[in-house]
Amino acid sequence: MTEISLAQQNFLLAQKRHKRSVRTSRLCIFLLFFGLWEVASQSGLIDSFIFSSPSKLFLCAYGMILDHTLFTNIGITLFETIVSFLLVIFFALFITIILWFNKHISETLEPYLVVLNSLPKSALAPLLIVWLGANYNTIIITGMSVAIFGSILSLYNSFQSVDTEKVKLIYTLGGNKFHALTKVVLPSSLPSLFSIMKVNIGLCLVGVIIGEFIAARAGLGYLIIYGSQVFKLDWVILSIAILCIIAIALYQAIAIAEKYCLKHH
Amino acid sequence: MEKLMEISHVSYSYHTLEGETPALTNINFTVHKGDFLSIVGPSGCGKSTLLSLLTGLIEPEHGSILLYGQKLFEKGRGTIGYMLQHDHLFEWRTIEKNVLLGLEIQNRLTPENQEKVMDMLKRYGLYKFKDARPSQLSGGMRQRAALIRTLALEPELLLLDEPFSALDYQTRLTVGDDIGSIIKKEQKTAILVTHDLSEAVSLGNQILVLSKRPATIKSIVPINFSDTMTPLQRRNAPEFKDYFNTIWKELNSDD
Repeated sequence: MTEISLAQQNFLLAQKRHKRSVRTSRLCIFLLFFGLWEVASQSGLIDSFIFSSPSKLFLCAYGMILDHTLFTNIGITLFETIVSFLLVIFFALFITIILWFNKHISETLEPYLVVLNSLPKSALAPLLIVWLGANYNTIIITGMSVAIFGSILSLYNSFQSVDTEKVKLIYTLGGNKFHALTKVVLPSSLPSLFSIMKVNIGLCLVGVIIGEFIAARAGLGYLIIYGSQVFKLDWVILSIAILCIIAIALYQAIAIAEKYCLKHH
Repeated sequence: MEKLMEISHVSYSYHTLEGETPALTNINFTVHKGDFLSIVGPSGCGKSTLLSLLTGLIEPEHGSILLYGQKLFEKGRGTIGYMLQHDHLFEWRTIEKNVLLGLEIQNRLTPENQEKVMDMLKRYGLYKFKDARPSQLSGGMRQRAALIRTLALEPELLLLDEPFSALDYQTRLTVGDDIGSIIKKEQKTAILVTHDLSEAVSLGNQILVLSKRPATIKSIVPINFSDTMTPLQRRNAPEFKDYFNTIWKELNSDD
């Protein structure tokens, strides 16, 4: 072991201190927000019927755990989001590979993909419900519709940006286009695939909530809409808070998978 | 010596919407087994096009390229080793997996072939890095790994497309020496394309001088050094500068 110089020790200490102070500040904002919220509603500064309060949310969550409604609703939304996310990744990869193999198809379809991507997909949701009925499939498809076109476009871009010399190397080694795909294009697109996944998981959640707003009889989106209609704003705010947690958790899950894959790959 | 490759009356043009750009016109030369041919020419004269033709990546518009008397295009791919300007070792593979890439693609990953490649890694000082990633190797080592990847397929002919141009000058001299002696030891036939005249003279036994685009062959200059000389020793030999000057004049003569 080499000895660490005094300057290096000071540097490390300063770095540690900096990290700790950032962490403390983050925690302070969190506590301050909920503290003020609680105090304001207790003291009557804000109407706790409309704005709820942390303690009310807590009680509300407790009640919903007891009658099993909380986890069922979370489970349904989570299930729909994950299924639509996996389907988006599968179809995006599949379609992008076809586009990459065939220049004629990709050039023909390009304007359509651009239009579909720029279209506000929430506008499609009412139509999908009429066509497909109010069920899980519709909500999953709504979730997919938000993410899929953008994914195809970004993934195709990353396929196209692969170094042509690397592809040429495959040909000089006697390979064909299929080898170019599996040995060069897919492995070098892995980092962008993960960043697309990170964006997609959020988009799928948005799509699923939109679907649940319109079509569902369960799920967090349903709780939000139903709660606002019957003025049970505790439900609405609790659902929003849970959505925040879900969004963070799903994003982190992909970030961890990314770290693992890129290291072992 | 046995005729390996025969290039006769080869022409090639690039076609774009703006028009036709002739790159090569009426190229003729023959490569014999054991030759080390250096091709020099002004930049943008079509050297890389010539190499793409010689690997069978593209087909000549006119004329023919014969490998052992047979047409090269399509069939020849994979029997001709091509070393590109950059090593293009894949960061997501270990050095071992990188040098085995060609065998893997051609479905020739037999134990004997693998052993041969491992022997080469040992011989050229890369064996202990076989589980390392390319980024952990120096520029010269990476280039050596790229050469082994090419040699793993036991090519009849080795094409080198300015393989040292991405290296700094000092590494370039040693890697040139290195690669030159590896090719000699493995008794390979090679064609080197370069814009560096001293590199061409230090490695080749024949220099093919190309004209400006559309490229034609201006002259073929035979180089005679003693067989045992390494590229670095050649650079210090008295004839070296004479060859250099001859080729320099050929390149810059306007006719």
